[in-house]
Amino acid sequence: MRFKRLWAMFTARNLEFFRDRAAFGWNFLFPFLIIAGFGVVFGGKSFSEYKAGVFPVESPMSIHHKVEIPEGFQSSRYVEFVGVPSLEAGLALLKHHKIDLLIQRGSAPHAYWTNESSPKGYILEKMLIASLQPKDTGDLLNRQVVQGKEVRYIDWLFPGILGMNMMFSALWGVGYVVVRYRKNGVLKRLKATPLTAVEYLSAQMLSRIFLLMFTLIIVWIGCDVIFSFEVAGHYLDLAVVFFLGCLSLTSMGLVLASRGTSEEFTSGVLNFISWPMMFLSEVWFSIEGAPQWIKWIAATFPLTHLLTAARKIMNDGAGLSDVMPDLIILSVMTGVCLTIGATLFSWNE
Amino acid sequence: MTALLEVKHLVKTYKTLTAVDDVSFAIPKGICFGLLGPNGAGKTTTIEMMEGILSATSGEVYYKGSPRTSTFREEIGIQFQHTALLAFLTVRETLKTFQQLYHKTTDIDSLLATCNLLDIQNQYNDKISGGQRQRLLLALALVNQPELLFLDEPSTGMDPQARRNLWDIVLNIKSQEKTIVLTTHYMEEAQLLCDKIAIMDYGRIIARGSVADMISNYCGENAAGKPCPEANLENVFIKLTGRQLRE
Repeated sequence: MRFKRLWAMFTARNLEFFRDRAAFGWNFLFPFLIIAGFGVVFGGKSFSEYKAGVFPVESPMSIHHKVEIPEGFQSSRYVEFVGVPSLEAGLALLKHHKIDLLIQRGSAPHAYWTNESSPKGYILEKMLIASLQPKDTGDLLNRQVVQGKEVRYIDWLFPGILGMNMMFSALWGVGYVVVRYRKNGVLKRLKATPLTAVEYLSAQMLSRIFLLMFTLIIVWIGCDVIFSFEVAGHYLDLAVVFFLGCLSLTSMGLVLASRGTSEEFTSGVLNFISWPMMFLSEVWFSIEGAPQWIKWIAATFPLTHLLTAARKIMNDGAGLSDVMPDLIILSVMTGVCLTIGATLFSWNE
Repeated sequence: MTALLEVKHLVKTYKTLTAVDDVSFAIPKGICFGLLGPNGAGKTTTIEMMEGILSATSGEVYYKGSPRTSTFREEIGIQFQHTALLAFLTVRETLKTFQQLYHKTTDIDSLLATCNLLDIQNQYNDKISGGQRQRLLLALALVNQPELLFLDEPSTGMDPQARRNLWDIVLNIKSQEKTIVLTTHYMEEAQLLCDKIAIMDYGRIIARGSVADMISNYCGENAAGKPCPEANLENVFIKLTGRQLRE
């Protein structure tokens, strides 16, 4: 391997990235907008998880209407009350899961409707019934409150968004781009030079890792200025985790880039891989409590281990030794993907 | 004279199609060798097997009397028929990038001057015209001072001015004792630039020789047995390959 050749390809790819202003800007803007959006939605006190329809209400819902539903229920946290003009309109909303429960305003007894197939409706019904029960639970329950600094949802979400951005950038920035180069003949032209496949692939990988880490730092600083993220662990540990995550996701991109000349097919494969990874790797929500087979699938994704390790360090103050199993899995995944990618790589087929 | 490049019994098959069928020829050092033929005759497939871009189904390619080694690519320059360039790089940066891929290199400024690219050296690759692009591709093929230069239809899509400019550049390269393998559909171009030619059709070589010999051998009379109106390579080509459309 000649470093000069590797460096030439590394530099050329970086120049392409930095000069493609649209793609360059979007790489920074996309994660920032998502984090900012979620910060607004979930950061304020107005966030509600459940929606209860109240009828008949012709005008927008007001305090005047709320006093005509059970008192304990109307003061429930995380419940949004939505005014509905009629029973028919309310039932239509309930059927389509646009509200979780429908209640008639007025004096007791209060009529209410639920959708049997709605998990949220089930919880909301329990809350409605509980709001009418005496508060005294005797010796059956003993309420405790979690101690220490709370982890905001945005703090939990932040590594997920960064990881997701990394995943898309690594898979598309390597997988899709190399396939495009193969299709339009750039790889064929490079094959005519002394450049070796290992040199070319290494340059692509190193360039993407450099760009991902660069993007990560800029997005982190930008978001931190607005949301003041708390990192309970060490920044250096976090950097190691993100670097290994980059390496693993980029090498996965190399496997996709190794063959193929159809951008449409590659795009389909990339979506097929990235969407399940986004939903099952706990970018947006925890899969705690999901069936075991879903957890097994999630465990095969590098993004799962990247986010698990990053959250442990960021939210729980864990050290590298605590997240070592995830780091080992990421390293193994990198090695396997690199081997497969380098073995299968073809310049022009 | 020892051949710089020699192909022996070269065959390339794709499932049921034989694109190149038992092709053999030798190219002496310092000449311009033209590989001519109608569309689909197998010229590009042959030239790409010679370059090492495509693997042959059977047959051998010898460079300086021996099978090609890993240093072969250090010593050749290639201008492909269709090639995209790295986006968002200037003409100079593109040459610089390719220069770094070789041990032996040429001075970028003199290369820019040779290929008339000085005025556009700081323009992005996607902002240059078709003729400028072809000259850049030629410059890329020359960046390592190659001993052997492959030019696959280098003037396709060029206007007459750009084409003549390219011919001047190729003649200049030829005057430096470089060996050139050229494919083209322009018989005027082949007649001007080539010392020897081979005409391919349906994957086989159907005639070969110097341009002068080919004209004298095949242009005495046309396909109908009447004397050729003009003794030129185009009439030789038509006589050997016919007037039937191939695409």
